[in-house]
Amino acid sequence: MAILSKEEAQAILKKVVGFSKADFCEVSLRGSDGGNIRYARNAVSTAGQISTMSLGVSSTYGKKTGSATINEFDDASLEKVVRRAEELAMLAPENPEFMPLLGPQTFAESKTFNANTAAMTPDTRAEMVGKSLSVSKAAGLDAAGFLENSTSFNAVMNSKGLFAYNKGTNVSFSVTVRNKQGTGSGYVEQDFNDLAKMDTLALSKIAAGKANGSAGAKAIEPGKYTVILEPLAASDILGNMFRGFDARSADEGRSFMSKKGGGTRLGEQLFSENVNIYSDPLNPEIPSSTWSGDGLPIKRTQWVEKGVVKNLAYSRYWAAQKGVEPLPFSRGVIIEGGNQSLQDLIKSTEKGILVTRFWYIRSVDPQTLLLTGLTRDGTFYIENGEIKFPIKNFRFNESPVIMLNNVEALGKPVRTGSGLIPPMKIRDFTFTSLSDAI
Amino acid sequence: MKRRNFIYLAGVGAAAAMFPAIPVIGNEIPVERALEYIDPAVKKILSDVALNAARSKGATYTDVRVGRYLNQFVVTREDKVENITNTESYGIGIRVIANGCWGFAATDKMDKDSIAKAAELAVAIAKENGRLQSEPVKLAPQKGYGEVTWKAPIEKNSFEVPIKEKADMLLAVNDAAIKGGADYINSILFMVNEQKYFASSEGSYIDQDIHRIWPTFFITKIDKATGKFETRNALSAPMGKGYEYLNARAEDKIQTASGTLYKGRYDMLEDAKQAAVQVGEKIKAKSVEPGKYDLVLDPSHLWLTIHESCGHPTELDRVLGYEANFAGTSFLTLDKWESKKFNYGSKEVNITADKTETGSLGAVGYDDEGVKCGKWDVIKDGILVNYQAIRDQAHILGLEHSQGCCYADNWSNVQFQRMANISLQPGKQPLTIAEQIKNVEKGIYIIGDGSFSIDQQRYNFQFGGQLYYEIKAGKIVGMLKDVAYQANTQEFWNSCVAICDQSDYRLGGSFFDGKGQPMQVSAVSHGSATARFNKVNVINTARKI
Repeated sequence: MAILSKEEAQAILKKVVGFSKADFCEVSLRGSDGGNIRYARNAVSTAGQISTMSLGVSSTYGKKTGSATINEFDDASLEKVVRRAEELAMLAPENPEFMPLLGPQTFAESKTFNANTAAMTPDTRAEMVGKSLSVSKAAGLDAAGFLENSTSFNAVMNSKGLFAYNKGTNVSFSVTVRNKQGTGSGYVEQDFNDLAKMDTLALSKIAAGKANGSAGAKAIEPGKYTVILEPLAASDILGNMFRGFDARSADEGRSFMSKKGGGTRLGEQLFSENVNIYSDPLNPEIPSSTWSGDGLPIKRTQWVEKGVVKNLAYSRYWAAQKGVEPLPFSRGVIIEGGNQSLQDLIKSTEKGILVTRFWYIRSVDPQTLLLTGLTRDGTFYIENGEIKFPIKNFRFNESPVIMLNNVEALGKPVRTGSGLIPPMKIRDFTFTSLSDAI
Repeated sequence: MKRRNFIYLAGVGAAAAMFPAIPVIGNEIPVERALEYIDPAVKKILSDVALNAARSKGATYTDVRVGRYLNQFVVTREDKVENITNTESYGIGIRVIANGCWGFAATDKMDKDSIAKAAELAVAIAKENGRLQSEPVKLAPQKGYGEVTWKAPIEKNSFEVPIKEKADMLLAVNDAAIKGGADYINSILFMVNEQKYFASSEGSYIDQDIHRIWPTFFITKIDKATGKFETRNALSAPMGKGYEYLNARAEDKIQTASGTLYKGRYDMLEDAKQAAVQVGEKIKAKSVEPGKYDLVLDPSHLWLTIHESCGHPTELDRVLGYEANFAGTSFLTLDKWESKKFNYGSKEVNITADKTETGSLGAVGYDDEGVKCGKWDVIKDGILVNYQAIRDQAHILGLEHSQGCCYADNWSNVQFQRMANISLQPGKQPLTIAEQIKNVEKGIYIIGDGSFSIDQQRYNFQFGGQLYYEIKAGKIVGMLKDVAYQANTQEFWNSCVAICDQSDYRLGGSFFDGKGQPMQVSAVSHGSATARFNKVNVINTARKI
């Protein structure tokens, strides 16, 4: 029940919009269906399965908007939720930022749905976790992990005739493998739309290899080092920066994208020339929805070209204020890279540090986007093109903006975290203290 | 998947980075429905359906939580109300032991058939998972309490206060900040009411009514000439209180050389006015010279350091490895506790766990597995003496009873071990904030919580704040900026040399402590009096991009 087809969703939404008496009405319908297994100390700790569907209505009189949601779908309930939203709208204060509704739009067909993933059962999950546990048990290591899959749909309709629908699947897996002495730890995480790409056995072997390989870490002095960031580490630290590509906060003067004296840094060379960043909802490796929450089509967008900021996201309201076209954010950021593998990057490094992932990243200064956080689950010293020995974890204080000005090399992008991200070789990365954590 | 049901308040444009992501679970409801209360007799009948169904299918233990979770939030920026929402989530969660293993199922269909089916599903899941179990669950003994009730001792139910009054109050706060020189302000009022009913096969029927409130704001000021900006967040604390929290009396205010601080109740309008001035001072403040400083930490700041460096590492599930893949493990391993001589901190450091403290976020009569709540020492005279545990962990510590730390953030999620209020006890000798500062030769006085980060075993941390004052020869000489301190947990707590007395004891806390996969949130308070830590490493966080 939770996953409706385009036609089924459209039929419900039409009915709801038909109940509206307000000047404007927007309705959204979403559902998801999926399950998970959590395990720790080499045994399953919890397992769950959940199915949800809910409908939200926003009704507007003039510039006064009220919203209500419901999870019952008989006609009486659907009419009730519309009336409720209308009552709330009458009581609401005017929203000076209310934008007239969009009319019908054209959207490309998304690639987010995969039938194999949608067909996953508790047995599939158990089998996938079993493969992961077989690795840790055979190696005499301890695994703690989480496997989750979901199928979901989203649909919106408004009283001006806009209708959009998207259906997607996702399967995600992460595992931390530690040795029995607690002196070594490894980690992997991965998510895909397509189940066939997920290999929990191979991924768990990588984590187990890092658990063994990181044992007996030596302490080296904190300071500035050339680092090789695995794609996960790069994604961890850059996720914060992507959220800053917002025109309004930049115009308001409270973002790293703000220009001294007013305005934004759109058009400025903010990063190294080898940095190119774009998003494309139709990229087969990292597909995403082809429409935004407010019903705008999402298209391929170049955010950074040769280090120059080419676009910032504009909400419909802010775009109208600034007299430009609105540009929605997109999920699935792609950083272009080359063909070099992680191994190639290591080989070309005289002295450096290999980082598996970062942890507990928090903003220290929004003006410079300075972040702090720590390395975790496999940090290694590189000398003369080889991994020499594991090293103790570091705390870093670094800005991703500074980091993307110090790019030595970018490898082949892979799907990780929030996008398609290459392994990166970065010079002068700032580690400020040592951690005893393993 | 649960997270997809959350309504995130992050969609506030520029403030998105400053707002914590605020999850709200449930369906929107008319405001007056929040004032309804379901008759405990009805909840008992529903609970008995589940208890009987589970027993008939072979459960050896069952507990049932009939939960109604209400949230209300009012969100504004400058002269605009951005969002007003009321939500309700009502359903039943059933946890059983069968074949020595836990099973859990939940439903929001509150008819007897659906409840019985959910109970049967929980038993089936337990039996299925039992095949993978190496040793059976061992529960600490717990007597049934019969039919009992507990209500948070609030003075005024926040949900009774008209929405317009709340929105007008926030708009007045915003107006005061803008008139005082701020360029932007986002303000929010968040209120929670948990109406929880717990029943177990051991004979408990516990009805509880819990209230929480959190008023807060985020102010930004921009220096047009340099393009630099600074922010100042509210010095409020989320509390386990009703709307009376916003009615501050003279005795709720602490006047210091650097402004007014709040104890027990909060004056949001006054704080916004002083914040507007202070954010301007922050822009002009001197950038800190890195090095070793004696830190004087206000409770509005220190709560978060306590939370991260003592609250989390003494959670027993982390110590045992159950959170290894998400929240992390702990450096406070069992051997350190068994030794009875692990010096976590100096002799001044006494840290307690307390699920009963009036007005705190964690205060309840009984936890979510029906254990009457209490208070116990975690760090005694600097030594690690205990952890935070629940019924199926108590035997690991040789305890006869659970410590009552079980919590689920919703009826639909299974309960597990969550943090109790973990608080630093005040000093036994009379000591005021002014005296604390007077004794410092070279130091920094830090107020309010800011940037925070700690490693997965809770050794190495870095914290920022809202306001930093330089102390020279016992006097505050001016404001600093670009301050953060880095330390090792054990070294830091061993550098604690003086804690102000009981009269300065205040609570801070978090509405949204996250743990578990799928993640659940939990609200928890941390009390302390102003405390001094000697020779802590301070770094300068200014950069150029």
